[in-house]
Amino acid sequence: MAAVSPLSAEMSGAEAKGTQPRGLRAGQRRRLNVFRYLVFTIFGLFFLLPLLAMVRFSLQGKKLGTWSLAAWKQIASYKGPPPLLPAIEITLELAVITSVVMLVLVLPTMIWVRLRVRWFSRVLEFICLLPLTIPAIVLVVGLAPIYNKIERYNVSALMLFWAYVILALPYAYRALAAGLNSLDAITLSEAARSLGARWFTVMFRIIAPNMWQAILNALLLTVALVLGEFTVAYLLTYVNLQVELFSISRNTTNAGVLFSASAATLLFGFALLLILSYAGRRLRRGRP
Amino acid sequence: MTVAATAETGARPVRAGRRPPLAWVGTMPFLAYTGVFLLLPTGIVLWNAFRRPTGGFTLSNLSALNTSTVRSLFVGSLELCLICSVSGAVLGALLAYAIASGHPDGAIRRLYIAGSGVLAQFGGVTLAFAFLAAIGPTSGILFHAKWYYNFPWGIGLIYIYFQIPLMVLVFLPAIDGVKVQWREASENLGGSAWQYWRYVGGPLLAPAFLGAALLLFANALSAYATIVAWEDQIAYVVPQQISASMISEVGLINVNQADALALGMIVMVVILMTGYFLLQRRAARWQR
Repeated sequence: MAAVSPLSAEMSGAEAKGTQPRGLRAGQRRRLNVFRYLVFTIFGLFFLLPLLAMVRFSLQGKKLGTWSLAAWKQIASYKGPPPLLPAIEITLELAVITSVVMLVLVLPTMIWVRLRVRWFSRVLEFICLLPLTIPAIVLVVGLAPIYNKIERYNVSALMLFWAYVILALPYAYRALAAGLNSLDAITLSEAARSLGARWFTVMFRIIAPNMWQAILNALLLTVALVLGEFTVAYLLTYVNLQVELFSISRNTTNAGVLFSASAATLLFGFALLLILSYAGRRLRRGRP
Repeated sequence: MTVAATAETGARPVRAGRRPPLAWVGTMPFLAYTGVFLLLPTGIVLWNAFRRPTGGFTLSNLSALNTSTVRSLFVGSLELCLICSVSGAVLGALLAYAIASGHPDGAIRRLYIAGSGVLAQFGGVTLAFAFLAAIGPTSGILFHAKWYYNFPWGIGLIYIYFQIPLMVLVFLPAIDGVKVQWREASENLGGSAWQYWRYVGGPLLAPAFLGAALLLFANALSAYATIVAWEDQIAYVVPQQISASMISEVGLINVNQADALALGMIVMVVILMTGYFLLQRRAARWQR
C-alpha cells in the first residue's frame, strides 16, 4: 500500500515525540482528536458541576446569589442536635485507629506469608478481597449480633474500627501487594538472615522500609474509606461524620452547614488522594 | 540497607535445616481477626437465614421473600442496577477510549485516572447532597429537576456519577492492551474502521467490557448510603429494606427477614462476581 509510507513516516515521528501511535491516518487522527476533546469536556462538566454546585451552595449568603462564609464558620459552632464537631473528632480518631490496626494486622502477615508460608498466599488473597464481594449492608446484618456483645464492654463509637479494618482490607491489601511484588523480598530476607538478622529485623528494618510508598498508599486509602463510611455506622446506630451529615439533612431546614461540611470532607479527601498520586508519581519516576 | 542489628545478634548460623514447621502460626492473628469480623458475620447471615426466631431450622424465611413487596424490591434493584451499569459501562468505555488514545503520560490522562480513583470511591451521603445542590427540585443551582425524586431516573443519574469512573479504572487496562499492530494489520488488509471494530477490536474487548459491566452491576447493587441520603422514606431497593427490617423493632415479616434478604443479595453478588472473574480471565489472554 503506497499510502502507508508517508503515514509510517508520520507515525515514527509521532513515536519519537512520545505520542502513542494508533495506526491511524491523518484525517482519522484529526477526527479522533475532536472526539476526544468533546468527550473530555462533556465528562469533565458532568463530574465537576455537582461538586461546584455544592461548594457554591455552601458559600450562599442569606439571600440567593450573595456570597458568605457563614456556613463554613458554622462547622465549628454547629450545636445540633446532634452537634457536628464531636462527630468530626470521632471520625478522625477512627481513621487513625483503623489505619494503625490495619497496618499492624496485615503488613506483617503479608510479609510473613511471602517469606515463610507461601502456600497460604492464595488463601490470604481470597480473604482480603472477600469484602469486595460481600456488600457492607450484608456484612452489617451479621455484625449486629457481634456488636451487641462488644457494646456490653464498650459503647464508644470508636469500636467501629473492628468493622472498618475489614472494609479497608481489600484496598490496603492491593496497595501493599503491589509494593511487595515490586521488591525481591526473598533475596532481601536471605541476605539479612545470612548476616544474622532476626525475623523481626527482616520485617521491620529490611522489607517494610523498602515499601514505604505502598504503606503510604494503603494508609491513605484506609483514611479515605473511613471518612466516607456511612452504612455500618448508621445501621449499628453509631454517629460518625457521614451519619451526622445525614441526620442534619433530615432534622434541620438549615442546609448551609450541611453543604459546607460535605464540601470540607470532600476537599479533605481530594487532598489526601492528591498526596497519594503525587507520591506515586515520584516513585514511578525513581524507577528506570 | 539496615543491617545494624547484626552487631547485636552476632553472626548466627542460618538455621535453614532445623526450622520448626510452625511458620503458619504467624498467620493466626490475621486469621483470628478476619474470622471474627468477616467470616463469622457472613456465617451468621447464612445461619440465621434458615432459622426460626424461636429456634430450629426452617425455609419459611426464604419463602417469605416470595411476597409481592419483596419481589418488587428485587425488581427495583435489578432495574436501577441495569440502567446505571449499562449506561455507566457504555459511557465509561467511551471515556476510557478517549483517554487511551491520547498521550500515555499526558496531563489529561493523569488527571482523569487520578480523578477516577477519587470519584469511584466518592459515593455515599455527600454525593447525594452534591446532586441536591446542583439539580435538586427546589434548591438546584443549575436547574430544578422535577424528576429528581423519580425512582430509577433520579437516583440512576447519581449512581452513574460513580459508575463511570469505576468503569474507566477497570476497563482502561483492557483498552491499553489493544496493540497498534492489530489495527495496522487490519488496515494493511484493506479493513475499514468499522470492520476493524466489528471483527478485531470489538470481539477482543468484549469479555473485558462485559466483565467490567458485571462489576458495575454488583457495585450498584451493594450501594446503600447514596440511596438513603436521596430518599429515606420509601424503600425502592433491597438494601433499603434490609436496613428497614434491621432498624424497626417490629420486624415486618419476622426478625430474620434481614438475614434472608441479605442471603438473597449474597447469592446475586456471588453470581455476578463469578461471572466477572471468569470474563476477566478470558480477557487477560490478550493483555500480555
